[in-house]
Amino acid sequence: MELNTQMHLLNPLSPDLKKDSTREGYGKALLELGEKDSRIVALTADLAESVRVHYFAEKFPQRFFQCGICEQNMAVVAAGLAYAGKIPFLSSFGAFSPGRNWEQIRSAICYGNANAKIVSTHTGLTVGEDGATHQALEDVSLMRSIPNIRVLVPCDFEQAKKAIHAAAKINGPVYVRAGREKMPVFTTQETPFELGKISLYKDGSDISIFASGALVHESLLAAAELEKEGISAAVLNVYDLTEMDNSTIEKYAKKTGAFVTVEDHQIKGGLGSAICESVCETHPVPVHRMGMRMEFGQSGKGSELLKHYGLYSSNIAKVAKEQLKTKKR
Amino acid sequence: MKLNSTKELALMANAIRADIIRMVNAAKCGHPAGPLGLAEIFSVLFFSEMDFDPKNPQKERDIFVLSNGHVCAGSYSAMAHAGYFPPEDLLTFRKFGSPLQGHPSRKYFPFIDNSSGPLGEGLGIACGYAAALRLDNKPQRVYCVVSDGEHDEGSTWEAALFAAKYKLDNLVAIMDRNYIQIDGTTEDVMPLDSIEEKYRAFNWNVISIDGNDIPQILSALKQAKDCKGKPTMIIAKTTPGKGVSYMEKNYKWHGVAPKDEDAAKALSELAAERKKIEQE
Ligand SMILES: Cc1ncc(C[n+]2csc(CCOP(=O)(O)OP(=O)(O)O)c2C)c(N)n1
Ligand SMILES: [Mg+2]
Repeated sequence: MELNTQMHLLNPLSPDLKKDSTREGYGKALLELGEKDSRIVALTADLAESVRVHYFAEKFPQRFFQCGICEQNMAVVAAGLAYAGKIPFLSSFGAFSPGRNWEQIRSAICYGNANAKIVSTHTGLTVGEDGATHQALEDVSLMRSIPNIRVLVPCDFEQAKKAIHAAAKINGPVYVRAGREKMPVFTTQETPFELGKISLYKDGSDISIFASGALVHESLLAAAELEKEGISAAVLNVYDLTEMDNSTIEKYAKKTGAFVTVEDHQIKGGLGSAICESVCETHPVPVHRMGMRMEFGQSGKGSELLKHYGLYSSNIAKVAKEQLKTKKR
Repeated sequence: MKLNSTKELALMANAIRADIIRMVNAAKCGHPAGPLGLAEIFSVLFFSEMDFDPKNPQKERDIFVLSNGHVCAGSYSAMAHAGYFPPEDLLTFRKFGSPLQGHPSRKYFPFIDNSSGPLGEGLGIACGYAAALRLDNKPQRVYCVVSDGEHDEGSTWEAALFAAKYKLDNLVAIMDRNYIQIDGTTEDVMPLDSIEEKYRAFNWNVISIDGNDIPQILSALKQAKDCKGKPTMIIAKTTPGKGVSYMEKNYKWHGVAPKDEDAAKALSELAAERKKIEQE
């Protein structure tokens, strides 16, 4: 399978890919940032190690705030710290931040234009055994619906580090969606990460697969399966879900004529919605949104759940093949 | 099924502890420390205090609200022994397809009175149940198990205000005062003491007990019934990880499953304890 060489990706099919989590990428990047900039402070709500801010906390105990299990207060304290010139990173599980503290994020952080960064480390089905209550499947939707916040969804450990560094550079609210589970790391330090852009990881002419987060890798595997059947699928990584990269979306609508979107999130309000919103304003083509079809998750291993809900490479390939039939002649 | 003696209730607590260890060991994840400390409380609630009949689900019964859902290995075990489902099913805990979800869910078991997991919601739900029972002039009572960590959440205190305002004396909450949460001791993470004084200031009937002492639990629940015009908070000081020497009082066991050899050690300690109770 031929990848876009400008993206400097590792072969997604290689069995030797290192595995790591996006939350680990967050923890490492936050530590690097802390060393460079004394304005960086970190907050958590009784989950320091789970969200990987313990690295920062150990190195910079003065700049670390253990808020207790108080997600709402954590968000407003972060806003106050930001108004006073600090750059707070506040973290919990996605179900509780931005789940529980959404209004505080909306008012104090977004409306108040606080230079605060909300990073959630347990999102999607890959949260696993803790079950439905802990599987944040609406967080992207919640954050995308508020004005004045940038929403970033990195696809692997390396990209998570870049997203965190980018978040620190932005002067204003940012949400970064990270995950718990170790996943193959297939992007590299050289892989571009440009705000406002969609990255083409593999070109194709029959169909476009737009993917975000944990399912970009599966989507590349799906493209490899499709290639064996003579179907040329483009795979595009959407990591910035704020304003969409309309020109790339329009270009691939014209080029391929049919879309599939893939995300570990409800199909309403996340990537699938974002792509539909954009493409219907430029060059409408049929879109099949893959994700959670508006139901709650359940307990199980992350991989079992992705399988159960159809979010794995062979099923993405199957859906893509079906989707070819919807193309206008 | 009612157990009438302290000894039988202690044996049930011991059985619940062994189940907790087997369940988290089989699941390879889950939360052992909290429910181990709550075993006597679960035993007393399900086998002495609460009025319910698993064989007759239509019958009106007392309400059990588990607010700190992560301790469900213990309540699932009590519910299985009480006859809600076969104890063999306990080993499916947290596994794909099992109704024994990682956190209790109303979606999978009709006899579970609240889905939980997100902390700080149970006391408010219990207030809702208690207010509804009162509206309907029903004699049933609401039992709410809530943790100390959950008292970081503002919502818990909102519920405390509500219960006092509406004088919900058909509500009794039992706080698992085990002094641990995830990142450390409660007093390091977010100091709570004096929790007794706080609840008194919120106009609750407050009773402090050793939560691993069965006669004290029984007598506190009786006092709660006798108290009119106020909700009752039983501050139950428990030992997290109780019964498993290497887990006791160590917050690191909040959410880690023991490996096979550690689980075996825990089970043999619990078996020795069982013998002791039997001989008493
Ligand atoms: C709203 C919310 N925030 C965070 C969590 C993650 N969490 C699960 S248990 C826990 C610690 C709870 O403390 P406590 O109930 O006292 O725990 P235990 O004594 O059983 O160890 C935390 C922070 C959660 N479940 N819900
Ligand atoms: Mg506790």
